[in-house]
Amino acid sequence: MNDELFRLTINDARAALRKREISAVELTRACLERISATEPKLNAFLTVAESEALTQAQAADQRLAGTQPAPALCGIPLGIKDIFCVRGMRTTCASRILENFVPPFDATVIVRLREAGAVFLGKLNMDEFAMGSSTENSAFGPTRNPYDLARVPGGSSGGSAAAVAADECLASLGTDTGGSIRQPAALCGIVGVKPTYSRVSRYGIVAFASSLDQVGPLTKTVRDGAIMMHALAGVDPRDSTCSARPVPDYESALNGELRNLRVGVPKEFFVEGMQPAVDDAVRATLKHLEAAGATAREISLPHSQYAVATYYLIATAEASANLARYDGIRYGFRAEAEDLNELYHRTRALGFGPEVKRRIMLGTFALSSGYYDAYYLKAQRVRTLIRKDFEAAFNTCDVIVTPTSPTTAFRLGEKTQDPLQMYLSDIFTISVNLAGLPALSMPCGYDSDGLPIGLQIIGPAFGEETILRAADALERSGSIARRRPSAV
Amino acid sequence: MAISDAYEAVIGLEVHTQLLTRSKIFCGCANEFGAAPNHNVCPVCMGMPGVLPVFNRRVLELTIRVGLATHSQISERSIFARKNYFYPDLPKGYQISQYERPLCVGGYIELPTGNGAPRRIQLARIHLEEDAGKNIHRPTASLVDFNRSGTPLLEIVSEPELRSAEEATAYLRELRSILRYLEVSDGNMEEGSFRCDANVSVRPCGATELGAKTEIKNLNSFKFVEKAIKHEIERQTAVLKAGGKIMQETHLWDPERGETRPMRSKEYAHDYRYFPEPDLPELYVPPELVEQIRAQAPEVPAARRARYARDLSLSAYEIDVLTQEREVGDYFEAMVAAGIETKAAANWTMTEVLRASNESTETFSNAVPPPAQTAALLKLVAQNEISLNAAKTAFAAMCKSGQDAATTVKALGLAQVSDEATISQVCDQVLSAEADKVAQFHAGREKLFGFFVGQVVKAMKGNANPKVVNEVLKRKLAMAGRPSPSDLPSSGA
Ligand SMILES: [Zn+2]
Repeated sequence: MNDELFRLTINDARAALRKREISAVELTRACLERISATEPKLNAFLTVAESEALTQAQAADQRLAGTQPAPALCGIPLGIKDIFCVRGMRTTCASRILENFVPPFDATVIVRLREAGAVFLGKLNMDEFAMGSSTENSAFGPTRNPYDLARVPGGSSGGSAAAVAADECLASLGTDTGGSIRQPAALCGIVGVKPTYSRVSRYGIVAFASSLDQVGPLTKTVRDGAIMMHALAGVDPRDSTCSARPVPDYESALNGELRNLRVGVPKEFFVEGMQPAVDDAVRATLKHLEAAGATAREISLPHSQYAVATYYLIATAEASANLARYDGIRYGFRAEAEDLNELYHRTRALGFGPEVKRRIMLGTFALSSGYYDAYYLKAQRVRTLIRKDFEAAFNTCDVIVTPTSPTTAFRLGEKTQDPLQMYLSDIFTISVNLAGLPALSMPCGYDSDGLPIGLQIIGPAFGEETILRAADALERSGSIARRRPSAV
Repeated sequence: MAISDAYEAVIGLEVHTQLLTRSKIFCGCANEFGAAPNHNVCPVCMGMPGVLPVFNRRVLELTIRVGLATHSQISERSIFARKNYFYPDLPKGYQISQYERPLCVGGYIELPTGNGAPRRIQLARIHLEEDAGKNIHRPTASLVDFNRSGTPLLEIVSEPELRSAEEATAYLRELRSILRYLEVSDGNMEEGSFRCDANVSVRPCGATELGAKTEIKNLNSFKFVEKAIKHEIERQTAVLKAGGKIMQETHLWDPERGETRPMRSKEYAHDYRYFPEPDLPELYVPPELVEQIRAQAPEVPAARRARYARDLSLSAYEIDVLTQEREVGDYFEAMVAAGIETKAAANWTMTEVLRASNESTETFSNAVPPPAQTAALLKLVAQNEISLNAAKTAFAAMCKSGQDAATTVKALGLAQVSDEATISQVCDQVLSAEADKVAQFHAGREKLFGFFVGQVVKAMKGNANPKVVNEVLKRKLAMAGRPSPSDLPSSGA
């Protein structure tokens, strides 16, 4: 075994653990040491749970030594976006208002991962309440991109992406409301999967926009994404919106096959202002797909031009209600105040950061009496049109391929003064959430600065197997030479 | 209208009733009254980050029961909505309710009107929502108890078709009665499981447009509902007569002062920003479920009233008293089924049974003996085994002891004595002890007859058959005046 255990993929670590070539404690220690070494540069972790992780690792080693077959992720060290409630582990959502909140319960996916034998290294940085595309909106300082410390890792799951890219953990959990898994995965050169809405339980994930939020993995490889998906997906009696469809064995779908794959390329997604390197890399990948036996055709998603506007009405409307519970009454931060109104005002004024406040106000406005029809209701209608665009497109293709983000990682501070520019970095990912579809981002090249470029593969509802199969085949074909981050 | 010939009142009621389910509407916590503060809570009903609601299907069944009993249309597809406002007892900062597409629409309730046709009051809607917690104010702090948070609530909204405080109260009583018949709510206003807000406006008689209304809150008894509405109608009429204008506002009923007063506008000026609840799928009600519940639906008060009027010779008043509570009517019917004559069963239920239950702090079925035992007791009266008064004494004892009729009558020595020899002996003792009065009687003070009867009954501890006492005394006094061989005492003396 190489001595840099932290560089292992889940797939390789799993094999080594089962063959007892390495122990879960060794692997966990390697990751914890890697965290100690890289965190001063990255700031990807908000909480490192060293002793808990080692306890879990010891338990995993016992299971691995036992006669029963070890569960799927036994002894695999993971990082958890700080939006997931983990019993007894501080869960801040990168907000002052939850700075000292310790949940008394586990999110359903955390329960599943515990059952699968995973080890939790700690909680990962993010944009406050998952609102942002750069992780600069964290109340606890930005995370930096492992490829260039002056640049952002993307967001909102920026800590989750940077930690995996920097080998601080083997994989991580993220959430994706408008691109929050895929965009940081693209900017950090890793794989990020956003499943079909309802495929994974949302119970215990601090809600941002309930009709859009979805849990997914950030991994080093597509195969690892498939392994994680199998552990995460499935019905949950605690989430009434969660699908009861049986969960396929995603890993067995990875047959390396690209022949006869019908690839749709939406003409609306190759926009003015897109970074030429991104355009080039995506087009080169399309060529490669065709060479491997896929057929590419241009398709149209005519309503996608309204996706960003639609998203910022629906997501903020839902957020304005979801974030009302942070009132200083039952848990979390409470400001000193003379009376109830002052308590509310001061707690929320001091507890929330500017982007969160901006979105709460936007959402409150969109739902206000007299504006509801013009904003919220109209946005819902457009959302239906966007969903229908995709339905029509999938009549003629199996997957849709686009860039994940119009640019590679941008510099810290570059877009913080211009929320609209920041919002546009999710222009290719947002419509997928509005349509509730599965999509992933995988590396498809690097720009002249050596920054990773992401390719987005979108599937029809519950088409996770299809997109994972295509991405895995592409990954295995070796057409994209992966480069390690140079800054860590 | 008694208030003014020139104005009429327009009243609509919004009733909130808690449903008698074992668990809360969106989590598994117990739905019970009186637990220690914050005992029945979990992350869901405390509004912790990331929690999600899961709808309790039992709530749906109970609501459909109410919908069917009120002739409402049961929506095959309804949706939940978020009603947004801040208050410490509201853990999520929004209440899950229904706004567009409620579960029940367009029903009605019929109010009895003596012997005339019932008065029909239309319902706008019946919808589901979750209750909030409870704020408790102490001199040094305000506390919140979340036990009530997530208790299933039905909101039953009438159209503004009620025309007086009395009619509003009658509507409320009928609605409460229906809910109790259906066993969906205990209808307890004092404990807050049945609450009422009233929308009151006044307009010139003959006008078709509605005047500006006030919403009156904090009405936690039938008496307050009636008083508050009366007060509000009078207040508004006076304002209009003086040429003033009614402000659209929310008033609180102040029971101490017996008046309504406006809340500060800050306390109620809400834009609730309703929008569909994204955490809950559309609520689908399969038509088979509705039919299944319809087939098992218990009788409602209106149907029972109609049945009594058709089958039994009872007055409208008697029917009204007997049918207000399902268990009272059940009791009455059980006595009739046990062979007690209708009128006697009705009288006994309306007087003795209701008195016993009203005087007791127990539930009805614990406060009174089983109807079979009460019937057994009344049979003893019919068979002249005991007097009616003795039966009342025995009944009161049975309510407390729980013993059966025969045992109680025996234990208290209440069996009625009709044996002429025994009575004759006592009569002789009384007449000889009261020789003076017997002389006065024969001298013409015939009123003393009653005195003699009373003395005999008293000597026999009330258990003498009064008819026999009368006959024996008459004979003996006549004999004392005009002796005759056939009237000689049969024994003793
Ligand atoms: Zn609960």
